[in-house]
Amino acid sequence: MTDAAIEAAQGGHEEHHDVKPVRKTAMWVFLGSEFVFFGAMIATFLLYRNTTNGGPGTELFDIPFTSASSFVLLMSSLTMVLAHNAFENKDMRQTRVWLIATALLGSTFLAGQIFEFTEFIHQGLTLPTSPFGSSFYMLTGFHGIHVAVGVMLLSAMAILSFSGRLYDDRGLNVELIGLYWHFVDIIWIVIFTVVYLMQA
Amino acid sequence: MTTTAADQQIIRSPGSRGVWAWITTVDHKRIGLLYAVTAATFFFIGGLEALLVRTQLFGPDLEVLSAAAYNQLFTMHGLTMVFLVVMPIAAAFTNYFLPIMIGARDVAFPRLNAFSYWLFLFSGLLIYSSFMLGGAPDGAWVGYAPLSTQLTEVVRMDFWTIGLSLLGVSSIAASANFIATAFTMRAPGMTLLRMPVFAWMSLVVAFLLIFSLPSVAIGLFQLFLDRNFGALFYAAAAGGDPLLWQHLFWIFGHPEVYVLVLPAMGIVSEVLPTFARKPLFGYPFVVFAGAAIGFVGFGVWSHHMFTSGMGPLAEAGFGVATMIIAVPTGVKIFNWIGTLWGGKIKFNTPMLFSVAFIAMFTIGGLSGVTHAVVPSDTQQHDTYYVVAHFHYVLFGGAVFGYVSGVYYWFPKWTGRMLNETLGKIHFWLALIGFNLTFGPMHILGLNGMPRRTYRYPEGLGWANWNAVATVGAYIILVSFLFFAWNIVRSHFLAKGERAGNDPWDGRTLEWTISSPPPVHNFDETPVVHALDDFWHQKYAEDEEGRAVRMPAVTGGALTVDKKTGGEGEGEDGEHLEIHMPSPSYYPVLASFGTAVLGAGLIYLPWGFFAVGIGGVLMLWGLFGWSLEPVTKEH
Repeated sequence: MTDAAIEAAQGGHEEHHDVKPVRKTAMWVFLGSEFVFFGAMIATFLLYRNTTNGGPGTELFDIPFTSASSFVLLMSSLTMVLAHNAFENKDMRQTRVWLIATALLGSTFLAGQIFEFTEFIHQGLTLPTSPFGSSFYMLTGFHGIHVAVGVMLLSAMAILSFSGRLYDDRGLNVELIGLYWHFVDIIWIVIFTVVYLMQA
Repeated sequence: MTTTAADQQIIRSPGSRGVWAWITTVDHKRIGLLYAVTAATFFFIGGLEALLVRTQLFGPDLEVLSAAAYNQLFTMHGLTMVFLVVMPIAAAFTNYFLPIMIGARDVAFPRLNAFSYWLFLFSGLLIYSSFMLGGAPDGAWVGYAPLSTQLTEVVRMDFWTIGLSLLGVSSIAASANFIATAFTMRAPGMTLLRMPVFAWMSLVVAFLLIFSLPSVAIGLFQLFLDRNFGALFYAAAAGGDPLLWQHLFWIFGHPEVYVLVLPAMGIVSEVLPTFARKPLFGYPFVVFAGAAIGFVGFGVWSHHMFTSGMGPLAEAGFGVATMIIAVPTGVKIFNWIGTLWGGKIKFNTPMLFSVAFIAMFTIGGLSGVTHAVVPSDTQQHDTYYVVAHFHYVLFGGAVFGYVSGVYYWFPKWTGRMLNETLGKIHFWLALIGFNLTFGPMHILGLNGMPRRTYRYPEGLGWANWNAVATVGAYIILVSFLFFAWNIVRSHFLAKGERAGNDPWDGRTLEWTISSPPPVHNFDETPVVHALDDFWHQKYAEDEEGRAVRMPAVTGGALTVDKKTGGEGEGEDGEHLEIHMPSPSYYPVLASFGTAVLGAGLIYLPWGFFAVGIGGVLMLWGLFGWSLEPVTKEH
């Protein structure tokens, strides 16, 4: 967001450094912070995995269903890569197509999560049911919020692409959103493994 | 924000003085000053809270305050001093000097920087508004569960969970910004190991915050969910474990104490060489010791929990780790002494505060090592001994360091010197008052006086030392009134002696530019050839290694390398074509929206209305900010 400042700091136009590392550095730092953020929630979940307070526990999980929605989310990383690739090749039409595809796959995952939450609530697992319920909904809910934010950003970029206003020197750009989106996917791999698959 | 011919040349309206110019500023120097002034204001408020607490404890069985007011005041004192005074004053120095010290024209993300400041201010105001809305948080700044999850019909502790969360967002944004600045914005030749120690310590602190804040943020969300949505994270009756809060809090809380003190160590590492007229002894050791403190600081959090029954293995491990962290700290102290050794020491006010920092911090560090001994700590836990310890490291340590920094850099900020006589009165009163206040607390603590205690009866032998401590606290107040008067006198009454570019004969880049610096910092990008480059340009060494002033050197514009100079032709910056980011109101809009959203969360369920409004404002601000060009196009 400040390439002018950077340019100025680096001695003006004749020393035109690649300005991307500035934003990318900050994004990586932010994602590092996010890892601790999710780490604390995963630790809490592990602490309370069997603390069901008489309510339902991990037997609620429908592994085939969640595997399918996890697959959808992982595929969205592929479409994100294609979007970034198209953007690097200055192909706005392809960029837009893959951005929208990524947003749709993300939305599909979110729909699956909403369906899953509704199911669980019907079967008696709510936030105030047990420490297990509290930590399950907090962890997966925060991940869902991250996906929703990503979908919002992807949609915003898709809309901007119609007026040709996608730049790589603004805070909102394909590469940074891509990093964020891959992070959200990677965290889901950890959550899916720890929460759903590891049934001790 | 119209585009004029003038804008085309320097951008960011230099010299504008209106309030709007300050609200929309993205200049790291102005933001630094805003941080400093805000932190100073909170310092006096937090100090008054401490004085009320000390007044209540002046003698046995006093009832100056109600017990409820007492609980609010000691909670708010801790909260204020940690989050609204020491962290922001460190941010003030970092904002102002990190870019200049590394030869940059601004931080990496000027608007994100403005966002961090405004969110800090609004969060502080939000927390303080609780005094008028039914009472301030009263569960201590550490907010231990289950105390903090009780009484959910009273919203006090919600102000604390939400206020701290918002401050955390502000700090994470600022830290990402500082890391990107230090890694990508350094001037040519400014390698990492040529960065001044203060810049290094700012960098280490930014990493500490990035990796520690999320832990407490999760803890705070959990508390918030427990209090407002019936979650059971800390409900022991349902199988929840209140100890989880202590872990999540201290995984943040212990690195936090290094967050508070490392920038002060950085300042001391700048002040000592300047006034001892010697290079810093063992620069790489000081830098790596700071980084080592940062690393080990993540592995000692449970020494705050030795009485919670973790078992002997965990206690032994954390005890040893705590002793280990004394090693890099000791390395720093010996390096500072080595810097002073054989130097031509000039004992003016910044130097006095820095030397006092070393002495007071050493005392606090030694009492800290006694906490690493588990049986001893079990005896001292939650007594005034602990209060004495952390005030020696955080007041005699950190605050003295920051005050030293104010005396040292005030000429750079304002172009005027602070008065030496007033400064020395301030120093001696502060030193005496400080030791009178906190020295006796060691004895009180060892005699069993618990901290956060509202009243104590007669006959326990605590009365005399408490009286001494209270008198000392008032002496500290008087000393800081001298400080405030000194600042008002020098700057606002313009009675301070004029400072040139380089009043202390300094060694870092900020002394090469005018006082106060121009909006773009450097007319031409400096090129750095060595550690303490500016010093080497002023002094050569004779055969015996003594510094000899080189002829025809006049401070200022020394580091210009003509070959890589900018494309302008003027010397006052007016005609240089340097594009600085334009002012923007989006950061203040986004941070205001974020604070409104937070305020709404405190008053659920009807607060959802405010959450909605705040969310819209926040998104408006963030999207506007992402889409506006950095400099206005012509």
